[in-house]
Amino acid sequence: MLRNVVVIGSGPAGLTAALYAARANLNPLVIEGLEAGGQLMLTTLVENWPGYRDGIMGPDLMGEMRAQAERFGAEILRGHVTAVDMQSAPFKVTTSDASYETRTLVIATGASARLLGIPSERSLLGHGVSTCATCDGYFFRGKPIAVVGGGDTAMEEAIFLTRFASSVTVIHRRDTLRASKVMQVKAFANPKITFEWNAEVEDMTDVSRGEVDGVSIRNLVTGERKVIPVEGIFVAIGHTPNTSLFKGQLEMDANGYLITHSGSKTSIPGVFACGDVQDHVYRQAVTAAGSGCMAAIDAEKYLEGVPQHLGKTTETVNDELRTMK
Amino acid sequence: MASDKVTILTDGTFEQTINGEKPVLVDFWAEWCGPCRRLAPTVEELANDYNGRVVVAKMNVDENPSTPMRFSIRGIPTLLLFKSGQLVEQVVGLADKDSLKKLIDKHVA
Repeated sequence: MLRNVVVIGSGPAGLTAALYAARANLNPLVIEGLEAGGQLMLTTLVENWPGYRDGIMGPDLMGEMRAQAERFGAEILRGHVTAVDMQSAPFKVTTSDASYETRTLVIATGASARLLGIPSERSLLGHGVSTCATCDGYFFRGKPIAVVGGGDTAMEEAIFLTRFASSVTVIHRRDTLRASKVMQVKAFANPKITFEWNAEVEDMTDVSRGEVDGVSIRNLVTGERKVIPVEGIFVAIGHTPNTSLFKGQLEMDANGYLITHSGSKTSIPGVFACGDVQDHVYRQAVTAAGSGCMAAIDAEKYLEGVPQHLGKTTETVNDELRTMK
Repeated sequence: MASDKVTILTDGTFEQTINGEKPVLVDFWAEWCGPCRRLAPTVEELANDYNGRVVVAKMNVDENPSTPMRFSIRGIPTLLLFKSGQLVEQVVGLADKDSLKKLIDKHVA
């Protein structure tokens, strides 16, 4: 069966694209991906989603978006895309269980938490090193922990973790936070949170025991080194776009973000991108949802203008052309 | 759609189970952990696929604190694979079914 629209990803961008495509009677298929629901699934209260004056829990918001897309006929499939072939239309999307052919493709694969990239961090992941406060904060009741990063996510994690931890040390490379003012005010007012400014993480210990007992930092201004005894280290230094599937097929920038133009168009006609996979500037749930809407409308317009031969093989088209003569 | 093929483990039944004849895959999870809920259907599929060959089990870390502590588990979901009572594989965080199968197949004849 040849699909009109396949959406890869199920965060705010993917589900909004699915909602609009479904309401345009395009019967979209959404392939959820490993991190189904996207980054909001790992957050707690979302206070900047318009329409909810008291905020809404991230997982609840995603549950609503999903139900809304399904209500209008979007088909949502649990699965993880392992390969995408966009060399010729129809495009072919392969998961571990099946493969799908589609006239248009909406890429909403988002971005995943980035790690610092030091060897000890990788081996201590799950044993004190974490990228998800809401998942792992529970394990650090009454214990000192550190949060690495200075953006909104880092502040949100730090504030959330004060529910469990005895103390939270924020380690940040600069002398000011990148986080929004409202998050900064909350973090500075929290008596459990202290800051290590201009500090870079050099190492995490203790790899031989398989448990975190400290983080070694170096002050980038004074050069001074010290070890902070902590039992947990939460890394919140930003995200990397999930674009490895599209390498060599779609135009991307130096950091791997898909490049879009005139709305949500990628370098291949019929392939559209939305959400964090193509946005390293705004990265908000509401901007992701907005761009998901754009991708669905762009896909709909593309399908209206698409010649009938798309979706047929070259041989069939040539045969048809021959008979027409 | 909870599968009856997934064994529910407790701190009390853990030791006996992992020392059984078949390899045992244990999924450490909690109610409040979003990624754990995403992994759960995959674990259930594995329980079906390896039915009779591998014991696929879940342990709630809220209700059973000692076993996670023993293996220094500080993040969930974590999957541990035991063979003859020995820890042979561990996976921290989300993983797709294919890569989990590859890992299990290394230890299952």
